[in-house]
Amino acid sequence: MWAYIVRRVLATIPVMAVVALFVFSLLYIAPGDPAAVIAGDQATPEDVERIRASLGLDRPYLVRFADWLWDILNGDLGTSIFTNLPVSTMIAQRIEPTLSLMVVTILLAVSIAVPMGVVAAWKQGTMADRAVMGFAVLGFSVPVFVVGYVLAYVFALELDWLPVQGYTPISQGFLPWIENLILPAIALGTVYIALIARITRATMLEVLSQDYIRTARAKGVGQRAILFLHALKNAAVPIVTVIGIGIALLIGGAVVTESVFAIPGLGRLTVDAILRRDYPVIQGVVLLFSFVYVLVNLVIDLLYTLFDPRIRY
Amino acid sequence: MSATSLPPGVTIPPGLAIAKLPGDILPEVKPKRGAIGFLRRHPTMAIGGGLLLVMVLVAVFAPFLWTKDPTALAPALRTREPSADFWFGTDMLGRDVYSRVLYGARVSLIVGFSVAILASIAGLVIGLVSGFNRLADSIIMRVMDGMMSIPPILLAIALMALTRGSVRNVIIAITIAEIPRVSRLVRGVVLSLREQPYVEAAVASGTRTWKIIFKHILPNTLAPLTVQATYICAAAMITEAILSFIGAGTPPIIPSWGNIMAEGRALWQVKPYIVFFPAVFLSITVLAVNLLGDGLRDAIDPRLAKRI
Amino acid sequence: MDNRPVLLEVENLQTHFRTMDGVNRAVDGVSFHVRSGETLAIVGESGCGKSVTAMSILRLIPEPPGKIAGSIRFQGRDLLGLSDKEMRDIRGNEISMIFQEPMTSLNPVLTNGQQIGETLRLHQGLSKSQAEERAVEMLRLVGIPEPGRRVREYPHQLSGGMRQRVMIAIALACNPKLLIADEPTTALDVTIQAQILDLMRDLKTRVGAAIVIITHDLGVVAEVAERVVVMYAGRKVEEAPVADLFRTPRHPYTQGLLGSVPKLGSSLTGQTSRLSEIPGLVPSLKQKIPGCVFASRCPKASDLCRAVPPGLALKAPGHFAACHYAEAEGSVAA
Repeated sequence: MWAYIVRRVLATIPVMAVVALFVFSLLYIAPGDPAAVIAGDQATPEDVERIRASLGLDRPYLVRFADWLWDILNGDLGTSIFTNLPVSTMIAQRIEPTLSLMVVTILLAVSIAVPMGVVAAWKQGTMADRAVMGFAVLGFSVPVFVVGYVLAYVFALELDWLPVQGYTPISQGFLPWIENLILPAIALGTVYIALIARITRATMLEVLSQDYIRTARAKGVGQRAILFLHALKNAAVPIVTVIGIGIALLIGGAVVTESVFAIPGLGRLTVDAILRRDYPVIQGVVLLFSFVYVLVNLVIDLLYTLFDPRIRY
Repeated sequence: MSATSLPPGVTIPPGLAIAKLPGDILPEVKPKRGAIGFLRRHPTMAIGGGLLLVMVLVAVFAPFLWTKDPTALAPALRTREPSADFWFGTDMLGRDVYSRVLYGARVSLIVGFSVAILASIAGLVIGLVSGFNRLADSIIMRVMDGMMSIPPILLAIALMALTRGSVRNVIIAITIAEIPRVSRLVRGVVLSLREQPYVEAAVASGTRTWKIIFKHILPNTLAPLTVQATYICAAAMITEAILSFIGAGTPPIIPSWGNIMAEGRALWQVKPYIVFFPAVFLSITVLAVNLLGDGLRDAIDPRLAKRI
Repeated sequence: MDNRPVLLEVENLQTHFRTMDGVNRAVDGVSFHVRSGETLAIVGESGCGKSVTAMSILRLIPEPPGKIAGSIRFQGRDLLGLSDKEMRDIRGNEISMIFQEPMTSLNPVLTNGQQIGETLRLHQGLSKSQAEERAVEMLRLVGIPEPGRRVREYPHQLSGGMRQRVMIAIALACNPKLLIADEPTTALDVTIQAQILDLMRDLKTRVGAAIVIITHDLGVVAEVAERVVVMYAGRKVEEAPVADLFRTPRHPYTQGLLGSVPKLGSSLTGQTSRLSEIPGLVPSLKQKIPGCVFASRCPKASDLCRAVPPGLALKAPGHFAACHYAEAEGSVAA
């Protein structure tokens, strides 16, 4: 067991190394002179030279990568070209809203999506099933900012139930904090709910057609126990896996959601960095998000044993 | 049993035990054929395909659909509400939103289709190589694992942040972000096919690799790849809109749905229609592609062929 | 004459399924009865409707797309008229069932003890610890070594034969009056098959349950059954006491079925004969067949057979066959 965990944790190191190399190399994959692009159209040749030097573009590629990696391992993500602040400081300032949004969205989405998928599978072919599947395909099709605007228009502008935009730190009270997060969480969570509901339904359908479910029925087990005791536990591994993988959708969506709802988080930081071509910030955010993503999926992998006794390490 | 239904020459001997056949307990099902049958069997594919076709026609024939020049500025006609003259109103520079939305279909569809095709081809090649060559596989899959650890939209954003906005660069950036998933899919199919007895037999009898690929692997990969391609197409259209919306995508001069919404963003609380119309068109188009993909998947995967 | 009371009476059972390309009449007008403590075998090829018949008795057919009609009287109550709740009280309690696939019929994420104990807790209201105690007893009863340890293990830690023993323990936990066994030995090794059949016979005498055994294996039939129902294409074609059926099968289908089984030891005595086979294919159950369902493959079939469906007629004591040309007692030619 412990040996497996150690092995699994070690296995993420090459993955993270590839991520780091990739994020670092983005500067060179992108066509054109990065220094010129970052400097912008109105830049003088001196500006370009200055940026070239600050990026260390005049030194060999691998040397720069080694330096950069060493700095990162020491917690130094570089310095913003625009603000001249350390990237790690800028991220630290912006992390709370994004973390809040993510956590609220995941909790909300999972508690809505799993029962939705279970009901759809149980009532396969009925109106309830069709409604869930219809919602799922819509959730995949309507982009997050469209959902965001519709929600904000209806529930904030027209009905005035919730604030239109902004963020209140949790230190100023739970209620104002959650009030500001409900609409963004629903907007961000829509595609995630669609994803989880769909995989839950598909997996549950698969499980419900298994022989052991027939055995349970033959034993006189009631519908609820069949769904939630016999079936859902068997369906747990694929569902939990998708919950983990789907976080990628949330990370991408957060960038947009934070723009729509004016939440001063990492997504907003990213958008601002793009407009200012502040590349060290973009690199830092991408690296951080990827690291969190890998970590979450690692933890989920290790949780499999809780759901399925056949999985042994 | 009445005697009239008996064939000539058959008589019922006296005392013969005759079963009384029970009647039907379910209404008869008549298999539907033709267009109606197709619609009934594959409603999602029919609806999705139909909607997508309409969108393609709109994109192609945009100049003939009572549109104006989508880039023509008219400061005097700024932010007009939708009316008989301006069906979807005008934006803050006085451009006709209806015309811009119709022309915007071109960008979305071009990006969607191009990314789907390019990512499929690249993923197919990479997947085949890593499915057949162990050494290449270990390297390629390491790289793919790393790339898949970067959320795709973030990856596309990071790529676009460093290039000048153009439709071509948007396509390249989204394609790069989508390649790992396609490669994984193809590799998975190749590896499972290689275990099949008929492929093993072909390998054992010394059939050349390229022949095995063309005879056995490609035909079986095409179906799941086509389904995947439709989902990629849908995802790419959304990603393009997101990139344009946050200012890292299609250059503002080109009317794309993401751009129109980005421009309407500042005014969305007072002039919601500028955001509304491109949003509806984008959503319907992505929906059409997703429905088409779902329909294809159901048609291809017989396990999911469901009873009525 | 058998004067044990009738436990289960199935009359004119129809189980149909709606599919995309027509109605599948899997079971179409089947009647039979089971007496207390009796062992009845239902035999036939795969697809003849025997498993669907078994599933229909417990109403395990999903409705829709399926639909069950006719009557299934168990101890005088028509099961088809019961509410879902009343039906659940019967399942696993008064009527229980074991299935063909021991490898997949047990829930992989629940312990053996949980799965045995669940029926006891449901139907006898035992507490968790009482149920586990009883589960250990049941495991011992079905001959599983180290029951105290096995009860906390999961099904995947057991062999196929052992899993079928667990299934039997689940089925017998509440002392049912009727046990339906759907191909209980088909998926097992031959040596294990014999053990399982022995176990079933042994437990049957102890518990006193009636058994309906569904099988395509005539060896199993000869070993355990008292009476046999032969099904073909969703209909019952013959019914007889087991010895009578093997000695003088009356329906051409049964004759063909028996002719396709190798006789043990025949090669030693030098009396080898070719195994006969039944020509043709089972007709599609999605078409209505006006006459005899076996007519398309029957050597004796005439225009009469194709037009007029034969009824079940008494051919010898307790022996019914649905064939216009089946001979009755005394007039058997060969």
